[in-house]
Amino acid sequence: MVLLLSKRIGFMIFTMIIVSMILFLLLETGLTGDPATRVLGNFASDEQKELWRDQQGYNQPVVVRYAKWLGNFATGDLGTSIRYKGPVKEVLLPRLWNTAILGFWTFAIMIPLSLGMGVLSGMKEGSILDRTISVFGILTTSVPEFASAVFFSALFVFGLKWLPGTSSMSGGFEFKQLILPAMVLVVYDFGYVARMTRASMAEVMTSQYIRSAVLKGLPYRQVIFRHALRNALIAPFTVIMLQINWLLSGVIVVEFFFAYKGFGALLLEASLNNDIALLEACAMVAVVVAVSSQTLADIGYTFLNPRIRFS
Amino acid sequence: MNDKQEPVLICKDLCISYYTRAGEIPAVVDFSLTVKPGETIGIVGESGCGKSTVAMAIMQYMGANGGIKSGSIMFKGRDLTTFSEDELRSIRGAEISMIYQEPFASLNPSLKISTQLMEVPLAHETISRDEARERSLQMLTDVKLPDPERVMNSYPHQLSGGQQQRVVIAMGLLSNPSLLLLDEPTTALDVTVEAGIVNLISDISNKFGTSQIYISHNLGLILETCDRVFVMYSGEVVEEGTINSLFTWPKHPYTHGLFSCIPLPTADKNAAPLKPIRGQLPLPFERPSGCYFGPRCDHFKKGLCDQDHFRMENVEGSAPDHRVRCLRYNDIDHTKEASGETVQEPLEIGKRVLNVDGMKKYYEVKDSSLMALITGKSVRHVKANEELNFTAHESETVAIVGESGCGKSTFAKVLMGLETGTEGEIRHLGKDISDIEVRDRSTKQIRSLQMVFQNPFDTLNPSHSIGGQISRVIKQFGVESDKKKIFDRVMTLLDTVKLPRDFYFRKPRQLSGGQKQRIGIARAFAGNPSIVIADEPVSALDVSVAAAVTELLMDIQREHKTTLLFISHDLSVVRYLADRIVVMYLGHILERGSTNEVFDPPYHPYTEALLSAVPIADPEITKRKIVLEGDLPSAMKPPKGCPFCTRCHRKIGDICDNEPPPDQIVRDRHVIKCHIPIEELSKIAPVITVPETSERIQAA
Ligand SMILES: Nc1ncnc2c1ncn2[C@@H]1O[C@H](COP(=O)(O)OP(=O)(O)OP(=O)(O)O)[C@@H](O)[C@H]1O
Ligand code: SF4
Ligand code: SF4
Ligand SMILES: [Mg+2]
Repeated sequence: MVLLLSKRIGFMIFTMIIVSMILFLLLETGLTGDPATRVLGNFASDEQKELWRDQQGYNQPVVVRYAKWLGNFATGDLGTSIRYKGPVKEVLLPRLWNTAILGFWTFAIMIPLSLGMGVLSGMKEGSILDRTISVFGILTTSVPEFASAVFFSALFVFGLKWLPGTSSMSGGFEFKQLILPAMVLVVYDFGYVARMTRASMAEVMTSQYIRSAVLKGLPYRQVIFRHALRNALIAPFTVIMLQINWLLSGVIVVEFFFAYKGFGALLLEASLNNDIALLEACAMVAVVVAVSSQTLADIGYTFLNPRIRFS
Repeated sequence: MNDKQEPVLICKDLCISYYTRAGEIPAVVDFSLTVKPGETIGIVGESGCGKSTVAMAIMQYMGANGGIKSGSIMFKGRDLTTFSEDELRSIRGAEISMIYQEPFASLNPSLKISTQLMEVPLAHETISRDEARERSLQMLTDVKLPDPERVMNSYPHQLSGGQQQRVVIAMGLLSNPSLLLLDEPTTALDVTVEAGIVNLISDISNKFGTSQIYISHNLGLILETCDRVFVMYSGEVVEEGTINSLFTWPKHPYTHGLFSCIPLPTADKNAAPLKPIRGQLPLPFERPSGCYFGPRCDHFKKGLCDQDHFRMENVEGSAPDHRVRCLRYNDIDHTKEASGETVQEPLEIGKRVLNVDGMKKYYEVKDSSLMALITGKSVRHVKANEELNFTAHESETVAIVGESGCGKSTFAKVLMGLETGTEGEIRHLGKDISDIEVRDRSTKQIRSLQMVFQNPFDTLNPSHSIGGQISRVIKQFGVESDKKKIFDRVMTLLDTVKLPRDFYFRKPRQLSGGQKQRIGIARAFAGNPSIVIADEPVSALDVSVAAAVTELLMDIQREHKTTLLFISHDLSVVRYLADRIVVMYLGHILERGSTNEVFDPPYHPYTEALLSAVPIADPEITKRKIVLEGDLPSAMKPPKGCPFCTRCHRKIGDICDNEPPPDQIVRDRHVIKCHIPIEELSKIAPVITVPETSERIQAA
């Protein structure tokens, strides 16, 4: 266990360093065009550019610059945002927090809902309930987020007038504004996780150990809760951990659409405005989230599966 | 057994069908059975004859598409077919338990054994958890599991196959059921482990008074465990009776046929060749009118046997419960039914073609556990083959026997060039081939060393026709290159393996298991090989099909003077067809010699145990019972001294644990690897005793 953990963490750090290198090469060197031009614009004079390069330390050797950059990053100095005219950290943290809130509610609703529905339909494969859930799942997953965003806005904002159309939270945090973005995300992801759960549950239900549990004369509840769920939820667990990853990119559209001040919207703004420092920070956040959710998924999988835990 | 007591189970005129898209499949028809308290009933028959269907019907667990069409299943006076789900639940596990073929699959992989055991009494009785735990521990001790505390705290994958099956049996007995159903409980286990489980099962009814229904395809196992036996064919019972009457005076032509298909460990290929049943088992919806066995029966009489379907009747002049479903059983001369009518000349053994000298094969295994990292031993060796020495001659059949993991298949792989040997040599026609990989071998070498695999299903390409696949092999081997000649050669090969010529155009999925295995044999013999390695070629097949395939192999060998290396775990088959036997255990050869030398004392202690473990379908043959303790050690951690020392029943002391035993030469090519002197071993009595005279129906 200890070994596994240290191996995974080592691997995590390794991945992050590789990604940071690529990031650095792409954005901070001349490999993909002159950074000075990128920041100052096409019409800046050569003199201005040279002055900027000197100021920003661009004329030092690449290795030195990378080491410095990495050091700054590691100690929490994420640089200065050009667009927000302030330290990246101060811009980034509240945005991340907002997205975390949105993600939390999305998951809090999506996970129980899709696991429950998946288990129910996998329990009795081919039943009416199963077919209804499956069709519904395929339907919701195949509708893109922006389309459902438009649809829900039309329904709840303009039709029923129940909910506000934007979620900018300009007058302070308001739960009502969170409902629509969360709903769009839940609906989109529900089908995927539910179908995974269903497949896993259906497979477990046809296994021989479920047959022997039934033929031991156990109550049906016990067969499901003690014997089936434990095995059936291993695969969906991994999938859910990977959904955290998906959420980070998934929020871009939703946050933009509802003008929600979250991480996705920030990423979009950063790239539209050539805000290199901000972009780098956002990318690193995405990588950290991706790698650590993968690690958590692996560790959780090992923990849930005694065959791997004790071998 | 008590005749006055009320029967535990009465199945009466049961018809069970499955409903599929293709229509109704009448899996079982007209099935009647009575089980008395404490009695063990055997159901025997080939694959698909409906054995499991009967068991599942008794459990009332038929799946979504199965159903009981008519008849009743009375359990202690109440009809199970009328039970509600709740009533069934209170019976299942408490009154009727079931034990399955694959113990690993029937245990939940993510729950501890303790949880899975304790929940049985907890679900059926009002007892405390402590009591349930106490009872489970006691039951684990009763099924002779060493260290029950450790077993309780294990997960299924931490136990060996034999231990798992003991746990499943303990689970079945926990609530003291009146009826235990066992569906092929030992098929997935090794022979010596099987012997232990069979021993345990035959003790159950004495100890707990449980009635049992034992399902198997193996007549020998039925003989060892049961009081009465039912022979099923194509969904119906064709003969039933006590073990004694049915095994001594079988009446139905199919029962006769089954007996002539299984080699007895007292017979060999020349004195008593197997007599396969011709034809194939009909599919449930292709059954003929009248007698289902008609098309395959030698006594079929037109106008009589093919009329209406008929019922079982009592056999005149036999025990009252000996019943048979045959209209002509009285007209048949039963003394002419047994095998052994055509005696064949033994083959002349030719020049030496294979010489294995000190062959070793070690596999490297990467160990990534923390312990290995700390001690720095991250690469370990699995000694799959340790110092193999033996020879094989032209026209000779050499059998390599041993249980799973003993290194049989590893040796075959090295011989075929799929792996290379670590040390030593394998000389084939004088050339060392042990370290030439198959891609570096010449066409001639590949052609003359061919293999027949255990599973005929995996080795054929499903999308090519049979003819195409054989032609390709012929072209590859460079036997023929002319199109016409290749075609002719394929035709000859089809004749050789006794398949109709129009099979040329068939696809593999249109073939039965036995037919696929014949194609496998045809491919192996396409280039006139000098050596053919057959790795358990018949163990996946039904007895009647296996007999036919075995005979076929023998015939082709006779014709082509091929050397046959026959890998098997089944000593009856080996006794039947081998000239010489190599007994392997954990990568070592423990004994080798001619078939007679190996089957008669002096034995190696392991050979002795193996012989005792062979189920024999002949009530007159007596065996000395030797049940080995424990399971096979892992090949990763073999014992330091004698490989067999952890289970040996003749162990003589520390010397066995610490020093590798020497190869003792008994006679010319008969070698035993053991510390016990040959003189001592020679004093041991034979394991199998055959009576001088026999009441049993024998060849006239
Ligand atoms: N679920 C099912 N749907 C349709 N047909 C089935 C089903 N289960 C079994 N059958 C058919 O019913 C017949 C009897 O099958 P069953 O499994 O009882 O045979 P068996 O004697 O136990 O064979 P084996 O020795 O291979 O276990 C076979 O023809 C089989 O193909
Ligand atoms: S009834 Fe006729 S066909 Fe059937 S087994 Fe008897 S003799 Fe053979
Ligand atoms: S050497 Fe010892 S342990 Fe090995 S087989 Fe002989 S008596 Fe048994
Ligand atoms: Mg079966």
